[in-house]
Amino acid sequence: MPQLDFSTYLPQIFWLFVTFGVLYIAMAKIALPRIGEVIEERRDRIAADLDKAERLRGETDEAIAAYEKALGDARAKAHDIAQSTRDELNTKADKKRKQVEAKLATKMDEAEAKIATMTDNAMAEVGAISTATAASLVNALLGEDADEKKISKAVKAQLSA
Amino acid sequence: MAATEDHGPMHQFEIIRYKDINIGGYDISFTNSSLMMVIAVVAILLFTILSMRGRSIIPGRMQSLAELSYEFIAGMIRENIGTGGLKFFPFVFSLFMFVLFLNLIGLVPYSFTVTSHIAVTFILAMAVFLLVTIYGFMKHGLGFLKLFAPAGLPIYMYPIITPIEIVSYLSRPLSLSVRLFANMLAGHTMLKVFAGFVIALGFFGVVPLVVIVMFTGLELLVAVLQAYVFAILTCIYLNDAVNLH
Repeated sequence: MPQLDFSTYLPQIFWLFVTFGVLYIAMAKIALPRIGEVIEERRDRIAADLDKAERLRGETDEAIAAYEKALGDARAKAHDIAQSTRDELNTKADKKRKQVEAKLATKMDEAEAKIATMTDNAMAEVGAISTATAASLVNALLGEDADEKKISKAVKAQLSA
Repeated sequence: MAATEDHGPMHQFEIIRYKDINIGGYDISFTNSSLMMVIAVVAILLFTILSMRGRSIIPGRMQSLAELSYEFIAGMIRENIGTGGLKFFPFVFSLFMFVLFLNLIGLVPYSFTVTSHIAVTFILAMAVFLLVTIYGFMKHGLGFLKLFAPAGLPIYMYPIITPIEIVSYLSRPLSLSVRLFANMLAGHTMLKVFAGFVIALGFFGVVPLVVIVMFTGLELLVAVLQAYVFAILTCIYLNDAVNLH
């Protein structure tokens, strides 16, 4: 069994020390710090990217909030403008209507007064014409002149009846 | 099998001297074992340093593998020892990689399995044992001896438990080294025995050939598993020294 040949032990152990020593130093000084660095770097990068994404999301949220606020403001302003315009137009229309109404009322009053005088005049004339007609009828029927006072009294009584 | 003594199942474990070197009466010849260790170390250096050359944020295949082994051993240490064990990370990583690569290279036909020699595995296990013991006494002083007297036992149990704990502690380097050495030795010997059957059985040699193919797959698993076991036991032993349960 070659494993029990003690003369081979020393060379094996010597080269084990040499190779394992070289390996250990290379791993401890070069390879492992380098791998660790790369892994660390990647971890940092991922963390930084996540932070950035988080920050950008915050900014987006802020932008959305600002947009919504601006939209709300604009809407309220538009509403105000519409309201004030409506109010203004309403008051204007009211004023105009009142003016027109007043004008129409005076015109109506005038017209009514005119109608009243005309009616009076016409009635007066109707009385005179009726008296004259009655006198003429009496004259034609009886052949004599009737008493004007009586006729006019009778006409008046008839008209007012 | 006596006729083929030179190519018997044990022949593959023969140490062959490529260059005799003798310094101050000590034999430090460069052998096939040395060559495999050098190849393994160069392969590990290429794997861990060359693959990280790009230092990419998005890793390629080799870089992913290197990072995966890094995270694997780092996770093993964190789980078994805690953050206090991270100073042993380079040691455990080197140990795992060294054993893994030597086991895997040993599976290549005509190569040599360094870890099938008890001399190598015992020195590696002794390194772990000495590290644990020295660090344990450095960190806890004589308090490290409390390891042999676990707290919370009825007082009459200590005369029984303490010797058992001491024996189990002292047998660690032996069990650690023999486990790896025996696994490699047995696997490779079995492969060689079945390979002998392939020729001996003529046409029916197809059967052991199929068996060899399957066993090679199994040996691949064993090679990785033994490296893992070596590393995780190292972590568990280091845990005693760091945390002193």
